[in-house]
Amino acid sequence: MMIRTFAAACFAALSSALPLHAEVDIQEVTTPGGITAWLVEEPSIPFVALEIRFKGGTSLDAPGKRGAINLMTGLLEEGAGDLDSRAFAAARDGLAAGFGYDSYDDSFSVSAEFLTETADEALELLRLSLREPRFEQADIDRVKAQVQSGIDSDKTDPDTIAQDTFAELAFGDHPYGSAPSGTTESLAALTRDDLLEAVDRVMARDRLYVAAVGDVDAETLSIWLDRLFADLPETGAPMPEAVPYAVESGVTVVPFDTPQSVVVFAQNGIPRDDERFFEAYLAMQVLGGGGFNNRLMEEVRVKRGLTYGIGAYLSPRDYSETISGGFSSDNGKVAEAIAIVQDEWRRMREEGLSDEEVQRVKTYLTGAYPLRFDGNARIARILVGMQMEDLGLDYVNTRNARIDAVTDEELTAFIDDVLDPDGLHFVVVGQPEGLEATAN
Amino acid sequence: MPLRRLATATALATSLAAAPLAAAEDGVTTFTLENGMDVVVIEDTRAPVAVHMVWYRVGSSDEPPGKSGIAHYLEHLMFKGTEKRAPGEFSEVVEAQGGSDNAFTSFDYTGYFQRVASDRLSLMMEMEADRMTNLVLSDEVARPELGVVLEERSQRTDSNPGALFGEQRRAALFLNHPYGRPIIGWRSEIEELDMQDALDFYADHYAPNNAILVVAGDVTADEVRALANEHYGPIPANPEIAERQRPAEPPHLAERRLMFDDPQISQPYLVRSYLAPERDPGNQEEAAALVYLADLLGGSSATSLMGKALEFETQKAVYTSAFYSGTSYDDTSFGLVIVPAPGRSLPEAEADLDAVLARFMEEGPDMEAFARIKTQIKASQIFARDNLQSRARRYGEALTAGLTVEDVQAWPDILQAVTPEDVMAAAERLFDKRRSVTGYATPTAPQEVSQ
Repeated sequence: MMIRTFAAACFAALSSALPLHAEVDIQEVTTPGGITAWLVEEPSIPFVALEIRFKGGTSLDAPGKRGAINLMTGLLEEGAGDLDSRAFAAARDGLAAGFGYDSYDDSFSVSAEFLTETADEALELLRLSLREPRFEQADIDRVKAQVQSGIDSDKTDPDTIAQDTFAELAFGDHPYGSAPSGTTESLAALTRDDLLEAVDRVMARDRLYVAAVGDVDAETLSIWLDRLFADLPETGAPMPEAVPYAVESGVTVVPFDTPQSVVVFAQNGIPRDDERFFEAYLAMQVLGGGGFNNRLMEEVRVKRGLTYGIGAYLSPRDYSETISGGFSSDNGKVAEAIAIVQDEWRRMREEGLSDEEVQRVKTYLTGAYPLRFDGNARIARILVGMQMEDLGLDYVNTRNARIDAVTDEELTAFIDDVLDPDGLHFVVVGQPEGLEATAN
Repeated sequence: MPLRRLATATALATSLAAAPLAAAEDGVTTFTLENGMDVVVIEDTRAPVAVHMVWYRVGSSDEPPGKSGIAHYLEHLMFKGTEKRAPGEFSEVVEAQGGSDNAFTSFDYTGYFQRVASDRLSLMMEMEADRMTNLVLSDEVARPELGVVLEERSQRTDSNPGALFGEQRRAALFLNHPYGRPIIGWRSEIEELDMQDALDFYADHYAPNNAILVVAGDVTADEVRALANEHYGPIPANPEIAERQRPAEPPHLAERRLMFDDPQISQPYLVRSYLAPERDPGNQEEAAALVYLADLLGGSSATSLMGKALEFETQKAVYTSAFYSGTSYDDTSFGLVIVPAPGRSLPEAEADLDAVLARFMEEGPDMEAFARIKTQIKASQIFARDNLQSRARRYGEALTAGLTVEDVQAWPDILQAVTPEDVMAAAERLFDKRRSVTGYATPTAPQEVSQ
């Protein structure tokens, strides 16, 4: 077993006293079986948060099998090994363990929390669910009915309609272009064999990432992981092709009977590993970032009361990237709100950022960063995310310095190269007044 | 039954010099400032973070008739400046420290919080103390914010059939108590609110002797005590703070039934709620039994009785659940949800539900399930320690619901002491249909078009 200890002191680059005493001591653990994991030992509460990710996610559905990975995800805790669905749930609840299984466009995730005193039993249950799921027909039928129920609800939910419409417009036949739960027809056609294949497509060593935070040491974690993944195949389904974003500017209206229109908008973006990422992140924080103090919130919400909330952000996915945003406005106000979004996009393009804005956002982003690291479960999620983005163990230490180092020239170059007021496309679901749909 | 008491009783009884009220939970200290402001400190040094919260013992259920939504509108306006600070400056300062802030309004409370580096606590207290009594508003900022609130209602309620259905059920469940009004307010009444309504409500309710300070994180009790005295200590108590006077429920003599339809509903479902007792100070046993009852009937599908009977043994439902939240100032509700399988009607689903309840009353709880729930509840106390914000919320919610710190700290033991007999006795008292509302939610039938 190899352990590389790394004391990553994360601190705020603020002018006054720094909270230097909080250190996230990240160890990189490599098990005898060859699995690498990041660990933070935190013995003060007798439990462990374990985060497992496999790259790929629902985008790895086999051709014609849309919905298989989503359905498989929903069935993992419905019986495994010798335990049927109800026996599995009883065993898990009896240990007070919590397992969450989720699939996304680019990843399949498992979040487990269990008490130290029953860790071995909990991990054996977790292993069974991942490696020996039963997929009994009665359970498949029951969970299919639940997924179908979700598909039905999505058809009358304006938020989902807006997102799905945009996804289809932008990504068409690529997996990003359709809902991961599949269609009524594709879901109905899925068989037990499709689910077994879905497991093999998704769970493999060459796409595995692990982080653990809590009451466990490196040696024990190492034993756990080798047991958990002993029979994990080396590789799974090939990753999807990249799909360039190429939606022309304009407005798509989906008529829907609701008092308030839902709006989703986007333009082309940049990948996570683009060298301009930090300036892009900073600029988007000023334009539409989290919290109340960004230009879109100020202009659309605070000054005019046209929405409850609005935001815009970088949305880099593994195989495509956009700058996206969204909000809701009453049907009579939504046209004005959209015009303001366009104006603000143009204003940033033409005027850039003020020194005061840049300084404010740098202070905010660097100050907020160390505050993220509270709570075992939160830290475990951050660490596994860092691994997937290939950020390296020292990222916790260097990230703030890189934000501080962003120059005005870099910001201007990013805005000139990427921010495109004439490239925005809006999807509007509702009965917007005074808004013309463009041909598309 | 709800215990009527002065909101300020505990606060005024203790002075700063008095010993901590209790310290039964690890790292938790409580005390009261001379002006009556209660303070709870939760020490957790894992990260250099502090959560700073001020909770007022006033919520939407304390609003004057005809002014529904004023508690929540005021919450929005609290970010619009004081004599010292310009509109929006509060959040700007928090962000400039790398922090985040927000606020929340409920039936029984209004709360404000910031999450910052722990060495910024003093600044947060200074700003929060400033806006406790020095709010300055103008029509220029107040009017657009009313638009924001109306958009919030559009987004969260009027475009959401589940929320609209819930609002209607609640209005039917509470015959007289203001819990029947939505927290955000009825649209027609929100539209009529103005700045003066907010300022009146503010003057009536915002004062240290109606507030609870909760600080959680990398702090010490002594440090918080000194800072609280410095910033909140100088604000005088308001002797005019009125006792919470809420209309009580009359006896419920008739079960109520609701038919709700909406074009956005894709499949029919049914919710039944019963009027239910809440946690009362010194008397939380009945509520503890109801926590088990909700879990036994509709916790997780695979282990609860409704799931077993309607999703596993038969396929009569695609989803079942039960809900109960006992932390409330006055009587609360206990709910049961069933989404029938395709082809099964709502009257059939209701008959299924009643059959499950009858079976439970006859057979009693599954003893293994009961033991598992007890284990889970015990473990949940350990997992809960991982989240600073929810630990802080637990105290704020309980204290604004009229409970004491002792009640909060006794709650885990009370939960562990619940017996199957307690659960059956509580169920016997709860399941009286005359004290219930049964709601059917259905898709709107397509309009007939004449040929």
